[in-house]
Amino acid sequence: MEKFIRKEGLVAPLDRANVDTDAIIPKQFLKSIQRTGFGPNLFDEWRYLDRGEPGKDDSKRPLNADFVLNKKRFEGATVLLARENFGCGSSREHAPWALQQFGFQTVIAPSFADIFFNNSLKNGLLLIRLDAKIVDQLFRETAAAAGYRLAVDLEAQTVTTPGGDSFSFDIDPFRKQCILNGLDDIGLTLQHADKIRSFEAKHKAAQPWLF
Amino acid sequence: MAKTLYDKLWDSHVVHVEADGTALLYIDRHLVHEVTSPQAYEGLKLAKRPQWRVDSVVATADHNTPTRNWDKGIEGIEDQVSRLQIETLDKNIKEFGAKVYFPFLDKRQGIVHVIGPENGATLPGMTVVCGDSHTSTHGAFAALAFGIGTSEVEHVLATQCMVMQKYKNMKIAVEGKLGVGVTAKDIALAVIGKIGTAGGTGHAIEFTGSAIRDLSMEGRMTLCNLAIEAGARTGMVACDEKTIEYCKGRMFSPTGAMWDKAVAYWRTMKSDDGAHFDTVVTLDAAGIQPQVTWGTNPQMVTTVDGKVPDPAQETDKVQREWMERALKYMDLKPNTPIIDIAIDKVFIGACTNSRIEDIRAAAQVAKGKKVAANVKLAMVVPGSGLVKAQAEQEGLDKILTAAGFEWREPGCSMCLGMNEDQLSPGERCASTSNRNFEGRQGPGGRTHLVSPAMAAAAAIAGHFVDVRQWR
Repeated sequence: MEKFIRKEGLVAPLDRANVDTDAIIPKQFLKSIQRTGFGPNLFDEWRYLDRGEPGKDDSKRPLNADFVLNKKRFEGATVLLARENFGCGSSREHAPWALQQFGFQTVIAPSFADIFFNNSLKNGLLLIRLDAKIVDQLFRETAAAAGYRLAVDLEAQTVTTPGGDSFSFDIDPFRKQCILNGLDDIGLTLQHADKIRSFEAKHKAAQPWLF
Repeated sequence: MAKTLYDKLWDSHVVHVEADGTALLYIDRHLVHEVTSPQAYEGLKLAKRPQWRVDSVVATADHNTPTRNWDKGIEGIEDQVSRLQIETLDKNIKEFGAKVYFPFLDKRQGIVHVIGPENGATLPGMTVVCGDSHTSTHGAFAALAFGIGTSEVEHVLATQCMVMQKYKNMKIAVEGKLGVGVTAKDIALAVIGKIGTAGGTGHAIEFTGSAIRDLSMEGRMTLCNLAIEAGARTGMVACDEKTIEYCKGRMFSPTGAMWDKAVAYWRTMKSDDGAHFDTVVTLDAAGIQPQVTWGTNPQMVTTVDGKVPDPAQETDKVQREWMERALKYMDLKPNTPIIDIAIDKVFIGACTNSRIEDIRAAAQVAKGKKVAANVKLAMVVPGSGLVKAQAEQEGLDKILTAAGFEWREPGCSMCLGMNEDQLSPGERCASTSNRNFEGRQGPGGRTHLVSPAMAAAAAIAGHFVDVRQWR
């Protein structure tokens, strides 16, 4: 996992509430047995005018010019601005993979669905919860100024606008350390292997039918 | 101190807690299917990590499997990408092992959330995970069950643990008697309509009350299945005599003296009197009517005697635009009575509603009737090979096919359309599945979520009807 300390990038606004993971990456792309290659199919049904299929050459497909990520001014965006309950629905980790592989490093929204939240942080995709009023302000500022960028400082837990407004956000300290240092969760857990083994022995004695 | 069921399940599985409350939680049962596991197994191989506990894994192929042409075997899977994913699971289970694997074509194969309970692989007091958000289903057994992503699948395979923070406790109490023709599905949709699809975010839900105790285990599974659609990763129901009776004699249920010991423990799997819930929601069972969704999110739901809502009445701008967008996608006009909405297809199945009780409910409605001429396809997809066999033994397949329904092989099928069972653009479907998201059942497809009886009645009438008035 790549380390994330401070990043600054172009913002793309996705002004819709309750964006589900079926919309983020449609089902047909879940047939892949790889962890990569999902970027071109992020928001596939909204981004293209035809139906996407695995193996299809996406560069030759007709684009939906009205969709925000197809607009020239948001090309190269690394910060996605979204509305409440972003990432609801299916547990598919292909959703954060697709967002990252498209180029997003951060998603800012008033709230996120639980499973998507965990999946994203495990991949180093930083999800930032800000108050709905602040998110509203960021939407307005993004619409008003082409080339609108935000600075995200994970160490200081702040998002800073070009106008100098700085908003702090919460993240649990364990997750923060993992993302800051690009740590592998499994390696960390296995440091407690002895504890897991002794728990398992006790658990087996108490509920042998589980083993 | 008085504990909730969730507190008890949590406390009995904590291996280690960090200062900030992040815990390592021990996982008893890991259900594995073909879609969310390949990258996890690949991760183990790349890191040269062994699987921690092989006998915790129960695996099956369900999402990609076809519901026809089983006589052709694996060759019957025309989509080569789907076939590769199923064969990859075969290969991974062969290499890493499992307690049991019900592969494609096996007589016990089926939807992972149907086969777990029916084989006794899900038991009270357990922690259960699966790379699938509808894992909340297993909470019906007073188990702590939640959906996980692929990184977490790999983490559980390698460590038998989840890294988690404890959720808040939410109680949803449904008291009183349900009306005739009103089911667990309607309770769940009514709850989601009330609290919203993010209403349960950050919470573990326990469903309580006399209406929940009155539900069969199948009904409780339907209810807990939909906890995730209310935003809660996990939903559960306390253990009672029905739970214990259901578990008796299943493939992996304990027997003899071990059974008695297990049952004594299982009886403690309920919230103590006076246990604290952070949030409490109450519903009057008698007030719940058959539900039909009208939009592109399960929260966009109304009663069968209701109308499509008018976004103009919504004062919040974000909500209003969301509703307008949904109505445009669904091609519905505000104030249209629900019973005036005609349908093109009917899907009875999915981990929500594909158990024997669901098939019986559909057959009861369809008996002696015919699917309406405007309905292009009405399909019934049993949740597992065992459900299919049971239904056939009861003659339900004959009743359904005589009425014009197609009787298919088990799998996830048109709930998410990873196989060829999909809606075409613009088609409208009465579906017993769990998500009416844009494109969920096929690009451009329009989904209305309903109970099995309501879906079967819609198939016969050609439009939604109130099953309570069904003759």
